Amino acid sequence: MNDTAEAPRQLVRLRGRSYVAFVFAPAVPIVGWLDEIDETLKRSPGFFVGKPVVLDLSSVDLSRPAILHLIVSLEKRNIRILGIEGVDAGLLTSTMPPLLTGGRNCAIQSIEPEKADVKQLPNSLLLDSPVRSGQSIFFPEGDVTVVGSVGSGAEIVAGGSIHVYGTLRGRAMAGVNGNSAARIYCQKIEAELLAIDGYYQTAEELDVALRNRPAQAWLEGEIMRITPLN
Amino acid sequence: MAKVLVVTSGKGGVGKTTTTAAMGVALAQSGQKVVVIDFDIGLRNLDLVMGAERRVVFDLINVVQGVAKLPQALIRDKRLENLSLLPASQTRDKDALTEEGVGRVMTELRANFDWIICDSPAGIERGALLAMRFADEALIVTNPEVSSVRDSDRIIGMLDSKTVKAENGERVQKHVLITRYDPSRAAKGEMLSIDDVLEILATPLLGIVPESEDVLRASNVGSPVTLNNPVSAPARAYIDATKRLLGETIPMTVPAERVGFMTRLLGRRAA
Repeated sequence: MNDTAEAPRQLVRLRGRSYVAFVFAPAVPIVGWLDEIDETLKRSPGFFVGKPVVLDLSSVDLSRPAILHLIVSLEKRNIRILGIEGVDAGLLTSTMPPLLTGGRNCAIQSIEPEKADVKQLPNSLLLDSPVRSGQSIFFPEGDVTVVGSVGSGAEIVAGGSIHVYGTLRGRAMAGVNGNSAARIYCQKIEAELLAIDGYYQTAEELDVALRNRPAQAWLEGEIMRITPLN
Repeated sequence: MAKVLVVTSGKGGVGKTTTTAAMGVALAQSGQKVVVIDFDIGLRNLDLVMGAERRVVFDLINVVQGVAKLPQALIRDKRLENLSLLPASQTRDKDALTEEGVGRVMTELRANFDWIICDSPAGIERGALLAMRFADEALIVTNPEVSSVRDSDRIIGMLDSKTVKAENGERVQKHVLITRYDPSRAAKGEMLSIDDVLEILATPLLGIVPESEDVLRASNVGSPVTLNNPVSAPARAYIDATKRLLGETIPMTVPAERVGFMTRLLGRRAA
């Protein structure tokens, strides 16, 4: 038996991937063209930082030293060349960026970082008809406003505050997600139950003097306060 | 254009069947072609109140299930030729109704009548839901007491969500009819006031029908009150309500306590 186990062979996986690169097509005189680059850099320094750049030399006829000079000049401006195209392979040395072929033109996408396009969810619910007995409105995302009355046997559950422009005869539960700053407002209070962030009061505990008056309820610590509005 | 009117309430015993019969007669008397349908499968009453219980051969379930044709099941009233009754089955239950079948019956009736009045069973289950399902208008029968009013509120919520009209984004036209209104108890504050009822229900009022012996007497002889004693207070209230339903403007009268001569004399002292 062979006791020197052979190391398992590592599989080499080749994958293709394409990137969008800036293509520089220098024009003669090269010095004038470099001035143009300097102008661009003055307006927005760091414009080319980290971006792949390819030199397209097809429209100029440069000698090997001239190409080398161009590459060095660009490197001085912090522009690193990924590859060169449009030039005879014999003109390039092994220290120069490799020759590229088969590039296709494409539109350069917006360089600005994309703004997060998340639509703000509505955090209030408006009901402009009465909430009838047996109906249950559940809106944990925020406030609920009812233009009309809330019938006996109806209930409204809101993550935020509850506003009733009418008589509140049913149950109102505000701040269900632990929002103790939520409040309940109504034009006429005859509620079966009021709750804010889990603290509640039933109709029985409601002050008789408050009945049929505009009122608001809020939490003061662990005590629910109900006072007449105006 | 035929109209489907559902007479509903949620609570039982408030006067749906009495109202269906009385207003069916009043509509027919004003020249409309009317059919009244009993949706209270298993607990039918409308045939009794209409005095047609001995002429029932086929019923709504038979028609819904295709056992009988609609003309075979319709019972034409003997006193009013443009009034018909489609009775309920007493031996079946509400699960025998199908939405598709009821829809078919409604479509067929719409072609032949001006008003299709559906007498809903109490409750909020299948029978009540199918009675209101195809309605264009709804008559919510309410007694001036808290339990009845709360049930009516519940039914109004369902009319706004469970009917074909509501699902199509339209609205069922709703009317409140206050029945069994007792002026003497109202005066003593033993009942909800008309204003209280309307404030809670937030729905227009079609009429106020006083509590009356005449209603009971009419039911017992199988003749709707509007036919049996058209000059009685409840009959006049139903006739006025019917006129309002047809678009007439009739001033609303709140039934007042009838004060006898002696009471009036004696009553003065207290003032």
